Amino acid sequence: MENYSEQENRLESIIPVKTLMTRTEQYRQEREIKPAPPRYRNEMGKYIISRNTEKCTRCGKCAEICPQGVHVLKSGYRYFLEPKSHLCFGTKCIDKGCFCVTACPNGALMIEENPMMKVLGDNRWPAEMILATWKMAETGDVPDKDYALEYETGNSGGGFDRIRFRFPDKPPAGLKEEDIDTSLLLNRRDDGRPKIKIDVPWYGGGMSFGSVSNTTQLSKARAAVAWNTFTCTGEGGYMERMRPYDDHVITQVATGLFGVREETIQRVPIVEFKYAQGAKPGLGGHLLGDKNTPAVAMMRETVVGIPLFSPFPFHSVYSIEDHMKHIDWIKHINRRALISTKVSTPNDVDMVAVGSYSAGTHIIHLDGGYGGTGAAPEIAKKNIAMPIEYAVPKVHGFLVAEGAREHVTLIASGGVRNPYDVAKAIALGADGVVVGTMEMVSLGCVRCNRCSSGRGCPRSIATTDRKLAPKIDLEWGAQRIINTYNAWRNELRRILLRLGLRSVAELRGRSDLLMHLDYTNDVEYRP
Amino acid sequence: MPEKYHIETKPVPPRRPRIGKYGIVDWREDCARCHNCVKKACVYDRYREEMNYIRNLDDVDALFFDCMGCFSCVQECTKNLLRLSINPEYENLGNQYWTPQIIQTTWLQAETAKIPVSGAGYGGKFSGYGFDSMWTDMSEIVRPTRDGIHGREYISTAVDIGRKPSMLKMINGHAADIPPVISIPMPLIIDMMPENYSVHDLDEVIIETAYRTELITILDSGKWPLNIKDAEKYLPHIAFYFKADAEMLPAPVIKKTVFAEVEYSPSYKKRISELKSVNPEIVVAVRIKLDSEGVNRAVEIADDELEVIHIVADMNGSQTGVTKPQFVKDMIRTIHRTLIENSTRDNITIIAGGGIALPEHMVKGIICGADLVSVELPMLVALECRLCKECVPGRLCPARIDDISFEYGTGRMTNLIAAWHDQMVELMGAMGMRDARRLRGDTGRAMFFEQLEEEIFGKLFGTRKQA
Repeated sequence: MENYSEQENRLESIIPVKTLMTRTEQYRQEREIKPAPPRYRNEMGKYIISRNTEKCTRCGKCAEICPQGVHVLKSGYRYFLEPKSHLCFGTKCIDKGCFCVTACPNGALMIEENPMMKVLGDNRWPAEMILATWKMAETGDVPDKDYALEYETGNSGGGFDRIRFRFPDKPPAGLKEEDIDTSLLLNRRDDGRPKIKIDVPWYGGGMSFGSVSNTTQLSKARAAVAWNTFTCTGEGGYMERMRPYDDHVITQVATGLFGVREETIQRVPIVEFKYAQGAKPGLGGHLLGDKNTPAVAMMRETVVGIPLFSPFPFHSVYSIEDHMKHIDWIKHINRRALISTKVSTPNDVDMVAVGSYSAGTHIIHLDGGYGGTGAAPEIAKKNIAMPIEYAVPKVHGFLVAEGAREHVTLIASGGVRNPYDVAKAIALGADGVVVGTMEMVSLGCVRCNRCSSGRGCPRSIATTDRKLAPKIDLEWGAQRIINTYNAWRNELRRILLRLGLRSVAELRGRSDLLMHLDYTNDVEYRP
Repeated sequence: MPEKYHIETKPVPPRRPRIGKYGIVDWREDCARCHNCVKKACVYDRYREEMNYIRNLDDVDALFFDCMGCFSCVQECTKNLLRLSINPEYENLGNQYWTPQIIQTTWLQAETAKIPVSGAGYGGKFSGYGFDSMWTDMSEIVRPTRDGIHGREYISTAVDIGRKPSMLKMINGHAADIPPVISIPMPLIIDMMPENYSVHDLDEVIIETAYRTELITILDSGKWPLNIKDAEKYLPHIAFYFKADAEMLPAPVIKKTVFAEVEYSPSYKKRISELKSVNPEIVVAVRIKLDSEGVNRAVEIADDELEVIHIVADMNGSQTGVTKPQFVKDMIRTIHRTLIENSTRDNITIIAGGGIALPEHMVKGIICGADLVSVELPMLVALECRLCKECVPGRLCPARIDDISFEYGTGRMTNLIAAWHDQMVELMGAMGMRDARRLRGDTGRAMFFEQLEEEIFGKLFGTRKQA
């Protein structure tokens, strides 16, 4: 197997001279885990600690016993800083003997559950999962158990949220976490194209410039470089600023063909055909007029301020044979590219997947009905196409039955929120996943659903507004995503360790390692 | 190209203060009066709006709840004085079935006539009760038709109401005894309000809405004569409902209507004959309550050469009069399938009502086997009704529905119907369907929770435990 970088010296033989001449030096991003503290002044936590300044005598007892640094009295200051509630373990401290509320000799401290936990997030991304992801983005690992943040499942009441792993009582001896292989091979065809392997079993989903800011796109790109994986341009064109990340970029060819040129196709190692998006299957793309700023319009070669639609479907593709012509077209233009085909999850998704494999795709990317979006009709998000939890085993099983499973990479997306979801999707039959919302949450998304409105995201992530977008610093953004990737990789390895598996590849299709809380779980496993 | 169904709409703002989901709780006592107060930085300028709102406040009971819930001010306040909370008034909207979310989205559609669009993925439950336990299908790559976003002008939402015999009778080379059929441009009729919500006199507004949208509304026959100018022009858009003991309306009125409905009773056939004797071209439906006998009754009388059956569950879509009620979706499926087995399904039109709260319910009801649906409460909710169950004569309506203007009422209801129509086209476009008539009973264009669970998870995890 060879990484993309190993082929670089052979690029000259496969990239057209003109494209090679425009190639820029590739950005190097170290895979270094550094603290990336939250960018808001009042970080939210599960609990709120409040101090009665009239009762407080500034004896310092609270600061002394709190291992988390919730209470800070800066030298030279008369009063304590506002308690850093987001660091608080809450009532867990009672068991640990460091409960500041009872330790305070003057009864000046009060603790309460943060009432905003009921407001933050939703059933799929509950408040605790968002807070946990923020911790991952800050520290590079999953939150300490003492925070008691439930991030393994959400409250949707079905799918991943009702599936659990059957962990053996004891992990097998001799297996070490650091030896577990999390890499993912993206090309399983022996077709002479590069055997691209990424270091983690996920890559970043397509988000166009327009739907998200320049900084957000570049943050994703830097994280992709650091983790030797990929990010995707989405459909909004290929920004010049993305050029230093070419080797880790998937460029998307979607129905609007915004910014798609032969030259952009030749730049990248993977080209993705987007037939549909899980959040709005069958409806095409939609960028609201407000987000079509001059910069976006220039990129997409359109008029400022008008809503932009990507039609559905490709009007040149109405059969698998047409699809094959598309794939052949790209393969001809870019002789080194792998082809990914992104489809949503209709009833016949298994047939579509096999058809796409027959047409020559390397990667089948299934985007489930509950996938992310920058803007979609609410009726579509909730009602069209099946959730990814059904689609993955359905397609996996069909590919196995057709004898095609070992020749194609199956990628799942649309509701993969945490490392447990990654592992569950793989155990259900995927090879890897595509992530999107987790990257947004890492950057501070609160799931307020306003990405589509007016100036766009008030959290400065999914916006191209000239005042809002610069509020995120690129270094910070990249580090947050790099950290979350690290947390996910660590946790994924811990899951595999507990299951006694040496690699992610060994987990694929191992539904016998799963159980569903609503089922009898008495099926004999047939690999 | 045939004339396209188009509903004229214009924004109709609410009369009452908006009941938003979020509100900011502000502990002002400790405010440092910063010059760079986060309130000035609200992306949506809500604090300034709130100030202006309070300045011009009419009602002391109506606070400002239009926060977008982004937490930015909460997280940036220098003194950490702001908290985001869910508006308790929002939580009190509707009931378990008619959730606050449904009420709010209906208000939005009635105001703007637009399809609600939002960012970020779906955040709700994996599946749920009733219509939430099914998904509509879409068509990927290999499509049955060449629809899509640029083919939507070819999608027809029209349906027919009437008896459709499987073969023609030919007399002297001409088709004879062809039963009358009405075509309406979308699969929806406006039904009478449920008993608890029929206090307000909205007949004029509803009738005008039916007229503007080219649809039909059902109206109790006891309400004739109408106190409306030009009442006769509206008659083709009114279907009079005759209770078993109702008096017959004057013949000139019946002659100008195209559709009528009669209560199911031992004498319903006689009542149909009376109507047909006055106006042979009238289509007559039999209204059947979906109580413990509703499903059987609907199946039985379908054999009686009826034209239309209108099955009606309660306002929450539930069967009435039983301890374990079925949901309207399942009752539609049972009736539809049984009629197919009896080879009578294609002869008759089924209108299904009760619990149709959202446009996807309309589409899903049709997929389950209805030809079209009837709606009632969404029309009331369009007028800012909160379904507070306080509809009692003499009691103050929180939505002040008795005070609405004619233009406001018709505008809001028309907007809602237009938004529903557009959303139906979205779903049909995704499915690759060009004709709403083809959607009827096409469960291949849907995926059911129970079915997917059994087919996919059943193989992996065994038998699903009973709840």
